[in-house]
Amino acid sequence: MTLTNPTHDAAREQDLILQVQRGQSELFYELVRPYERRVYAAALAILRNEQDAEDTAQEAMLKAFANIRQFRAEARFSTWLIQITVNQALMRRRRERTVPMEGLDNRRDVSDNENEYAPRDFADWREIPSEALERKEVRQRLAEALATLDRKYREVFVLRDMEHLNIQETAEALGITVASVKTRLLRARLMLRDLLAAGWEQGWFSRLPFEKGNKPW
Amino acid sequence: MVENTFRCEQVWREVSNYIDGEVDAALRSSMDEHFRTCKRCASVLAGTRNVVQLYGDERMLDVPAGFSRRLEKRLENRLTHDSAVKGSRWSSWSAWLVPVAAMALIAGGLLLTNNLTHWHFVRSQHAEPAYKIPPDLVVVVSDGAKLFHVPGCPFIHDKASERTMTAKEAMQEGYVPCTRCLRQYLKTGMSGHSATEVAEGGRVEEEEREETLSVAGH
Repeated sequence: MTLTNPTHDAAREQDLILQVQRGQSELFYELVRPYERRVYAAALAILRNEQDAEDTAQEAMLKAFANIRQFRAEARFSTWLIQITVNQALMRRRRERTVPMEGLDNRRDVSDNENEYAPRDFADWREIPSEALERKEVRQRLAEALATLDRKYREVFVLRDMEHLNIQETAEALGITVASVKTRLLRARLMLRDLLAAGWEQGWFSRLPFEKGNKPW
Repeated sequence: MVENTFRCEQVWREVSNYIDGEVDAALRSSMDEHFRTCKRCASVLAGTRNVVQLYGDERMLDVPAGFSRRLEKRLENRLTHDSAVKGSRWSSWSAWLVPVAAMALIAGGLLLTNNLTHWHFVRSQHAEPAYKIPPDLVVVVSDGAKLFHVPGCPFIHDKASERTMTAKEAMQEGYVPCTRCLRQYLKTGMSGHSATEVAEGGRVEEEEREETLSVAGH
């Protein structure tokens, strides 16, 4: 699945970029509108506060506008925008220190390879269909599960699996190594799998189209 | 779990790379074989794939109500401001005045040396101009106010008309630094500050420089 708006094709985007670079500022919002939700999600992953994330998303857009002439066509515009957002959010977190301290595990940021993560054992796994995402409470539960991850896992997971940056771009945006991205991504995915399974036990997906009484595994 | 040449722990370690296509052909083949015979690992693979599929869906990117409208308004405010600055700068000037203005600026520049602020009018006659403030520092101003602030400062008046710009632009419009959030850039703030707080100011400046480099790199 691609995250870009289907109607927003690459040629139109290139055209918009050129026009904005040449001074057609009023086209800037049209250029960035398809990415506004991704920009917000990236800021939220780092700041964990909706108001701060929204402010940062707006500031990142203004920053992108101010620097649009520095954008080079060989890069993906969406990636460039997300990288600016991540940078703004990290700066805000350092400067304002408004994000509460997280768990001990997060501060003990020594090696990602120290502890192996053993996933929960199930007899089988039946897929949770993407149609479930039509329900707001399901999306909310998934977002809550994500929010419980330690910062270093959450940031990598959001950039890689929700923003669809590649491994290298994720590493560059967060200033960590490719190996760290891979290790953290693995851990994040396995932990989320276990959290979804726990969610079943708590009835998150109770109205999904499975046979009555059946769990998905 | 079944006996297999490949241990389950090895599979768990590589399952994420497997999904991303980041394993070589030999490893993929061994893992495929393992998944066929080990139910637990097959469940780990299926569940992890399910996670990637669900969270990767665009519907997971929720924004708060009114987000788009507020973003558009803020961008519009910025664009309106930019065009107003352009208009006031150029509309009443004839082309032949440009070289004259350039000469005047060069002469003025020699006198101004390090101080960025003295050649701007200031909105508050009683306020102190900024001292050694990084010109690219991102600040926030609002219409009708006199001060500029770091984003998020609790002393910003009239948040509805808030605009973001650089410190240099804010000073060019006559704004002066907030005595609370930008105290380290006031001469009085410098003398009254602890060494740590002054160092903090330096750190922020450093971050801004890093950020500029990072943006410029793309």
